[in-house]
Amino acid sequence: MPFNRKHLLGLEELAAEEITTILDTADTFKEISERPIKKVPALRGKTIANVFYENSTRTRISFELAEKRLSADTVSFSKTGSSVSKGETLRDTVENIRAMKVDMVVMRHGSSGAHRFLANFLDASIVNAGDGQHEHPTQGLLDMMTMRQHLGHLGGRNVTIIGDIMHSRVARSNIWGLTKVGAKVTVCGPSTMMPAEIESLGEGGVTVEYDIRKAIAGADAINILRIQLERQKARLFPSMREYFEVFGVTPEVLESAPEHCIVMHPGPMNRGVEIAQEVADGDRAVILEQVTNGVAVRMAVLFLVAGGSFESGTPE
Amino acid sequence: MIDWKDKREFWIAGARIADPEAERIRVGSVCVQKGRIAEIVWQKSVETDLPVLDAERFVLAPGFVDLHAHLREPGYEEKETIETGSAAAAAGGYTSVVCMANTNPAIDDPSVVEYISCRAQQVGRCRVYVAGALTKGRLGEIINEYYHLKRAGVVALSDDGAYVTNSQVMRSALEYANLHALPVISHCEDAFLASSSQMNEGYTSTRLGLKGSPAAAEEIAVSRDCMLAQLTGARLHVAHVSTAGAVELVRRAKKKGTRITAEATPHHLTLDDRLLDGYDANLKVNPPLRGVKDVEALRAGLLDGTIDCVATDHAPHSEIDKDVEFDEAPAGMIGLETAFAQLHTELVAKGVIDLLDLVKLMTIKPAATLGLPGGRIAREAPADLVLIDPAEEWTFEKRLIRSRSKNTPLVGARFTGRVQGVFLEGKWQSAV
Repeated sequence: MPFNRKHLLGLEELAAEEITTILDTADTFKEISERPIKKVPALRGKTIANVFYENSTRTRISFELAEKRLSADTVSFSKTGSSVSKGETLRDTVENIRAMKVDMVVMRHGSSGAHRFLANFLDASIVNAGDGQHEHPTQGLLDMMTMRQHLGHLGGRNVTIIGDIMHSRVARSNIWGLTKVGAKVTVCGPSTMMPAEIESLGEGGVTVEYDIRKAIAGADAINILRIQLERQKARLFPSMREYFEVFGVTPEVLESAPEHCIVMHPGPMNRGVEIAQEVADGDRAVILEQVTNGVAVRMAVLFLVAGGSFESGTPE
Repeated sequence: MIDWKDKREFWIAGARIADPEAERIRVGSVCVQKGRIAEIVWQKSVETDLPVLDAERFVLAPGFVDLHAHLREPGYEEKETIETGSAAAAAGGYTSVVCMANTNPAIDDPSVVEYISCRAQQVGRCRVYVAGALTKGRLGEIINEYYHLKRAGVVALSDDGAYVTNSQVMRSALEYANLHALPVISHCEDAFLASSSQMNEGYTSTRLGLKGSPAAAEEIAVSRDCMLAQLTGARLHVAHVSTAGAVELVRRAKKKGTRITAEATPHHLTLDDRLLDGYDANLKVNPPLRGVKDVEALRAGLLDGTIDCVATDHAPHSEIDKDVEFDEAPAGMIGLETAFAQLHTELVAKGVIDLLDLVKLMTIKPAATLGLPGGRIAREAPADLVLIDPAEEWTFEKRLIRSRSKNTPLVGARFTGRVQGVFLEGKWQSAV
């Protein structure tokens, strides 16, 4: 299925076939990063602005590398905190960047829906690098790419997401992406961080399970979310120690999962809080592969959003 | 057409007169003299030397009364002024509005009351009644000088926009307001549960990744205030009820004989939280748009009298304020100019209530709720009247908006039924 979208705002709006197109494209792009000369001319002459309103190391570097490996010209801009309090509105900032004839804007923003807001008036392509607690579509895609590589296919597979589901854009993008291609998703975490009516989210809904051992019993993949200290300040859980005891993924907990089950984490990890040291560095962990795949997925997304089509020939 | 519009004495002939007191709509003619209703005759035409307005196509009703509008002056004149707010009110068929106290400075001092009353009279497009603040600076700590505020003209007391979190302060406020025979209007919202919320808590908030405010945040607050009203015997009016549970709490409190009334807004009666999926900040209001079941419960509350009246919660915000990320935008939508058309289209034209019910909910019932004059069509009453074409199909367009702010999700909406204009003390102001 050709990918005809101007933007990538989230996985909720994509059809299963579009997701598969991105993943297939990413699979072919992955090889470029293994070459001695890691560069193809696919986006030569295109200008991409990376606009980061929230701190990010991994996602930002991953996008920048993807852009450079496609030969795009890039500028990066970061500004933390609310745009309103900094004196210029988001709209003005982005319209100014656009006035310099940028073709694509890759943006991370702390407000859910910020990209949808921009898409109402911006004529450049927008790629969502994370919006508030809403979506992080390229993370969802790279998680799916990694699972597909290990599990062969996603249809009928069981994926368990563990942690702070309420505040997680990674969880939402995983739920939408995975359920669309036929995977079954279970979410597990403290009830204080389980959002209202989560069981209805995604195609056909998700299963909610509060006992971590039961949650991973039939899992083909486990995706562990980062727990943030500020949630403790908001009294959503009493202590890091207790969180680790109840929801931390340890070698003992992992015994409840099938042999072939892989362990994933979008990073950055809090070792000893949501994931034990032995698990993070263990045989089942594919966390660094996720990072490698992230570059390929972002190359695929940028290429497709820029109007590139897989049928018109694999990039040299 | 003859130049009856500038006349001080004229007949409005052949209109379908909606009389909320007599509870009937009947063809008749009304004579206006010196700003008052001089005569009502139950016949289609009149023999007279005075100018005659042929109103056969129209419904004539008492001018609408709004218990809940934010006119923003003094302090936020970039959003609305008494002049633009009064013009918006008149365009929506209102001849009386109660303005809320969250101005800057807050209406916690007689001088502010006098300023607003004076400006409203100079403008002369709508009667403006003033709600004074319940506590100093609306901070929920120190009760205001209700005697002085009342002497300056306030008709009710409210910290609208803020809930008085300290129950002892609220108890004192109710008791002391009761001493001065002033009703208290409560904005019921548990500040901690609703903290930094962007919308109703439910499936849509989960889907959009926006912090939700649970129905319980409103219902806990309504419960406490019902209990305090019972304890103190004071007159409590619950502003903008939005949840099914809150309707039920008000219903039960009324059965117990508590002196309690409640209002619902046109937007909570017609819109639900599913509409937020495009992150349109014009749909961000407080209390938030709720679920479909809540909308149904509010409508049931209108039908059984639990909800006493409709009030707009007209809350202007400039485009600069609203044209930002959803969580940065202030809550509120304008409503004075669309209230009648929206409710007529969604409730009357669809058979939920009839036209006379809607007229009552917008005239005599709100007036009775706060003990205001107005809302009546009777001999010797001031000629505050609204002329309505219930059959007109029209599109609400941005260019029509009289309010200084344009923050409404209803631009482009198709309506059935349109306010043609109002007579304020017999003086015509066209809305079309």
